[in-house]
Amino acid sequence: MITLPDHVAELLPPGGAPLGLIAPDGTAADPAADPGGVLVMPPGQVLRELLRQMIAGRRFDAQATALTRQGRLAVYPSSRGQEACQVGAVLALREQDWLFPTYRDTVAVITRSVAPPEALSLLRGEWHCGYDPYQRNVAPQCTPLATHALHAVGLAHAARVRRQDQVALALLGDGATSEGDTHEALNFAAVWRAPAVFLVQNNGYAISVPLDKQTAAPALAYKGVGYGMRSLLIDGNDAAAVYAAVSSAVTRAAAGHGPTLIEALTYRIEAHTNADDATRYRDSAEVEAWLARDPLRRLETYLRDRELLDDADMARFTAEAEQLAAGVRAAMNHDMTADPADLFAHVYAEPTPALTAQRESLLAEQAGGQDGSLT
Amino acid sequence: MSHVIDRAAVPPARPAPAVREPAGRDAGPVTMAAALTAALADALASDPRVLVFGEDVGPLGGVFRVTDGLAARFGEDRVFDTPLAESGIIGTAIGMAMNGLRPVVEMQFDAFAYPAFEQVTSHLAKLRNRTRGRIGLPVVVRVPFGGGVGGVEHHSDSSEAYYVHTAGLRVVTPGTASDAYRLLRQSIECPDPVIFLEPKRRYWSREQLQGAAGPALGQALIRRPGTDVTLIAYGGTVATALEAAEAAAAEQGRDVEVVDLRSLSPFDDATVAGSVRRTGRALVLHEAAGFGGYGAEVASRLTEQCFHYLEAPILRVTGFDVPYPPPALEQYHLPGVDRILDAIARLQWDDNA
Repeated sequence: MITLPDHVAELLPPGGAPLGLIAPDGTAADPAADPGGVLVMPPGQVLRELLRQMIAGRRFDAQATALTRQGRLAVYPSSRGQEACQVGAVLALREQDWLFPTYRDTVAVITRSVAPPEALSLLRGEWHCGYDPYQRNVAPQCTPLATHALHAVGLAHAARVRRQDQVALALLGDGATSEGDTHEALNFAAVWRAPAVFLVQNNGYAISVPLDKQTAAPALAYKGVGYGMRSLLIDGNDAAAVYAAVSSAVTRAAAGHGPTLIEALTYRIEAHTNADDATRYRDSAEVEAWLARDPLRRLETYLRDRELLDDADMARFTAEAEQLAAGVRAAMNHDMTADPADLFAHVYAEPTPALTAQRESLLAEQAGGQDGSLT
Repeated sequence: MSHVIDRAAVPPARPAPAVREPAGRDAGPVTMAAALTAALADALASDPRVLVFGEDVGPLGGVFRVTDGLAARFGEDRVFDTPLAESGIIGTAIGMAMNGLRPVVEMQFDAFAYPAFEQVTSHLAKLRNRTRGRIGLPVVVRVPFGGGVGGVEHHSDSSEAYYVHTAGLRVVTPGTASDAYRLLRQSIECPDPVIFLEPKRRYWSREQLQGAAGPALGQALIRRPGTDVTLIAYGGTVATALEAAEAAAAEQGRDVEVVDLRSLSPFDDATVAGSVRRTGRALVLHEAAGFGGYGAEVASRLTEQCFHYLEAPILRVTGFDVPYPPPALEQYHLPGVDRILDAIARLQWDDNA
């Protein structure tokens, strides 16, 4: 017989129902659903900032999708509908913490104050990562699923070794939880008690494949139990809940209490990318149902009901978002300037003689007339 | 925020005398395994950012005992066992390097490194390029490689071609104990990720260590000067090549120049092409299968660079194009002295008559 340790209750996601602070209709969630008081309602100023950034993020997201239609972006994976996760998680981080985003997390990246044109460099096709990761402690947006979760664990472990107060937050999707690297990252983090937080944005689909073809687990959060890791299941369209869950996970990690796995239930309103056709694998009724759980409207309702927000605030937030979008449009309307010498500049710390020869060959070829021979 | 390490923030190693030269230097010849241990110990002692981790590298000292005694001397914060997961080892090493440390990790055997292939090829090799040089990853991946030790399946692969085909990696392999010390110290100091291939069958070969000074990382060495033919080898085949050179002198009257590549990527064109231009003939020797193998690249680039000096096509002496055989058949697969002598004999000598 297996004897469960005393702290196992803390590891289990409570109840099976997601924890939340604000119900889909904008009223306060029933506190009886969270008897342990895991989630603490953020102060009004934080809630207003969450809404402001979500409005900006949604506008940015729509602008980026529009830019794909104009051929100004090669591709854009939208996070529309997931703003509570994108913004709530990032605002819960401290300056010194690190964000490890995926390709769908551009809104999270700009919420972390990375300049939007730099953040869009990857999807524009200009360079793989357009920003300096060390400037805002944002790792490059990762395309191979779950591989970056291990980088987050390593960075967090290094912070402990170096006695630095830093927490690493890895963003994952539901599909990524099937990858082996998710397993290895959760296991390493738990064994090392690394100051890491894993936020799984369960948006229902991995491109076209629904969650029930991805896992037989009753909830992705339950996977954390197997690693001996504190796990939470939350309403991922409730920005207050996401902020509160990530904040508590960061606080615990920073205090040496180890990592947390958070599953946030949300929904990808748009197709996988602009190049995808979601009508081939899901009903519009499903999308409609999730539109009714919109993360922006519920927070707005909650704040207005408590007179923490008025029309003037909303007008200002919307105007700021329009300004952001206009800036993105202007930046993306410039044609890209690509220097062919960049191909060789950063492969090694110092270019090898062979790469230097290839560079000179290419530049000569560009200058015209030469055959580009390398020998 | 600066990512330059604050040395004061790094916990110091347990008190130990600063060692600048290999520990066994004055104690007579040491094995390649002991030379590698000395290199790791000296790197740990001289740079607080260096960490050593992997499977069984802690109290056990590694299955080849290369990390013997390091955990006891430097503590579990700096030398430690990980969960048994190779992708996790490389992936977390990447994150540690992003945060200012210099991980030296061990893959227990060549074929056991394959689960980490995605981390190596998609991230370790490419993060510098991806970020325009902002993220450098000074990570060393030690891989015991090659056969000749009677290992059962998955314990004798030569995986160098997979790594050299990936831009952004340096791939290094020592042929002697002294070089093992020097190359490992240099690899740990290198700002680029290094795949450090350790030839299993030379772990117990002995040599007097010659200290840290010597040729730079990336430089090939002429191990035996000769005038008739250049025999290009690396790792476990260097000793085989030297043996073959003596046999060729005795049996064929050929003066063979043996070049030890040391660095498979980048390739030292100047040294190797210089040798081939002098001798006019060349053989490339490796254990790995010939098809799509490293020797094909060597033969091709030397042909391009030395065509007008060549008296014969450059030949390859390699393992067969088969999965690595079981121990009972290993002797038929590995290229040895006889096969090298046969290849030398096929280098169009009649034309000189």
